[in-house]
Amino acid sequence: MKLAFFGGIYNNALALDAAIQDAQDRGAERQYCLGDLGAFGAHPDQVFPLLIENDVAVVQGNYDHSIGNDLKDCQCGYTDPRDNYFAQISYEYTYANTSPENRQWLKELPQEIRFEVDGQRILLCHGSPRKTNEFLWESTTSTHFLEKLADEHEADIILGTHTGLHWQRELSNERLFVNVGVLGRPENDGNTNVWYTLLTLENGNCGVEFIPLEYDFRRLAREMREESLPEEFIVTILSGWWTTCLEVLPGRERRNGRF
Amino acid sequence: MSTAIKDVPIVALRALDELWFQVSGTLCNLECSHCFISCSPKNDSFGHLSFETVQAALEESVPLGVKEYYFTGGEPFLNKEIVPILEETLRYGPATVLTNGTILKQEWLERLRTAEDCSGYTLEFRVSIDGPSPEINDPIRGERTFERAMQGVEKLVNAGFLPIITMTRTWGDEEDQKILSEFKNVLANHGYSRPRLKILPRLKIGAEAERSCGYSQTERVTQELMADYDKSQLVCNHSRIVSDRGVHVCPILLDAPDSILGDTLEEAMQPFALRHGACFTCYLYGSICTNASSTTRE
Repeated sequence: MKLAFFGGIYNNALALDAAIQDAQDRGAERQYCLGDLGAFGAHPDQVFPLLIENDVAVVQGNYDHSIGNDLKDCQCGYTDPRDNYFAQISYEYTYANTSPENRQWLKELPQEIRFEVDGQRILLCHGSPRKTNEFLWESTTSTHFLEKLADEHEADIILGTHTGLHWQRELSNERLFVNVGVLGRPENDGNTNVWYTLLTLENGNCGVEFIPLEYDFRRLAREMREESLPEEFIVTILSGWWTTCLEVLPGRERRNGRF
Repeated sequence: MSTAIKDVPIVALRALDELWFQVSGTLCNLECSHCFISCSPKNDSFGHLSFETVQAALEESVPLGVKEYYFTGGEPFLNKEIVPILEETLRYGPATVLTNGTILKQEWLERLRTAEDCSGYTLEFRVSIDGPSPEINDPIRGERTFERAMQGVEKLVNAGFLPIITMTRTWGDEEDQKILSEFKNVLANHGYSRPRLKILPRLKIGAEAERSCGYSQTERVTQELMADYDKSQLVCNHSRIVSDRGVHVCPILLDAPDSILGDTLEEAMQPFALRHGACFTCYLYGSICTNASSTTRE
C-alpha cells in the first residue's frame, strides 16, 4: 500500500494541486496532510477545496488551531522580534482571507490521526506527538528521545512536519520517525522545489521516499506580489533560500542556508 | 534566600528533555560582577566533572529519552577533558556549550567541528558577551574581555560554527533593539555576517545580589500566578543538571541547598517547589536557559 503525506501547505495551493496529482500518478492510495494549511503564501481559501475534493485527511497544525479559534498569533513559538514581525504579517493576511466556514473546518480538525496497516501502528501528528508546535529538527533530536516518543505514544511509524525540512530516523524494532517536509516553501537549499513523502507498506516492510516536487513557483511569486505580501517571502519562493524565521533553526541547519 | 510564604507552587518534571552538566564547576577565568553563582578563578566550591562522570550520566540518560545536552560552568573550556567530553556527547545527541569565548583554541574547534560532522547532531556554542562594546561589556566581565571574546567568536566562525551570542541585560528593556542592531554591525565587522543573538535577564543571586539588591520577598511565584501559566516555560519542568555534588533542579539554583534532588538522574526526577527569587525571573521571562530551536510556547 502506498500512502502520500503532505506537510505544511502555507497557502500554496499550486504546490498542493501538483502534489496531489503527482502522488496519484505514483500510485498513492490515500493522502494525508499534517497541518499548517495557512501562512506565507497567497489566497488561503484555495487550499480547502483541493483537500476536500481529493479526500485528503488532515491533522490540525498550530496555525490551523490559531486561525480556527480566532487567536491573535500563529503559535509558531518564534523568539526573535524580526521573525515574529514577519510571522504576524503572514498570520493576519491568512486570517483575513480565510472564510468563516473554512475557519470552522480548521477548528474541528483532529490533533492526531492513527491507523494500522499490516499490524504497523501509524501515528500522524503536526510537530511531535506530545505537542503540536514542538520543533523536531534532525540535528537537535536524539534517537533515544524518539524511541521514548514511539514507546509512550504506542506507534511504530510517527510522521510529523512543522520544521519545514524533511528527514527520517530509523528506531529500534524497525520503528521509524519521519518528518515529511512541507509543500509551502522550498527547503533553504537554493532550489525552488518543495517536498512531500511517500510511504510504501508491504508485508510488514516500510519504504520511505522523499519526493522533490516542481510546481509553478513563478506564478505563486506573482500572486504573492499582487497580494502585497512581503518581498522577503517572495525572494524565498524564487530563490529557494529562507530569509525569515531563521532564529529557530539549529546551527547545523542554519549553516546549510544562505541567510 | 528561601521564602517562608505559603502556597509555594510545586512543579513536576514533565520529561527530562535537557540534561545539563556543570562541567567546570564554579571555576572560571573571569569574575563577572553579575554571575549568579559567583564563579571565579578561586571559587572551587563546585569542581570539574570527569569524562567518566559525564559518560555515566549520558548512559543513564538514554532510557530516560533525553533530547539534548548542555554544558556550563564556570568556563567549560577550563576542564581539560572538555573536548573529549563533547566528542563523546555528540555520539548520544545534540550538545550546547556555554562559554565566555576567551580561551578557545583553534585546534579544539577543528576537532569539535569534525566530531559534529561525524555525529549528525548539532554542536552549539553560546558565547557570553554583555553588550556590543567594551564600554558596556568590560565593566561587568573584566578588562579586555570584549576584545578577547570577539577573538573567540572569530575562531568559532572560522571553524564553521554559528555561535549564539548571549548577553545579560544591563540596560532598560526599551533599548533591546538598539543594542541588538549595534551588536549585529559589530559582529559583521568581525566577519560574522549572520549572527544569532539572545538577550538574557539578570538573575539577582550570587555576585549579582551583592552588586544590586537581590530579590525582595514579594518577588516570588505563587499558586495564583501559576493559574493558566505554561509550565513548559520553566526550566525545572524539563531539565536537570549534574554537578560534582549530585543532580540539581536547574543550572540557576546550583548554590541553593534544596536544589540537589538526588545522586542519580532517576532520583532527581522528583518535583520542585518554586520558593526562590530566581524562580520568579524564570517565570517572568521563560525559556531563559534553552536554545531558540527547542522552545515551544502555548
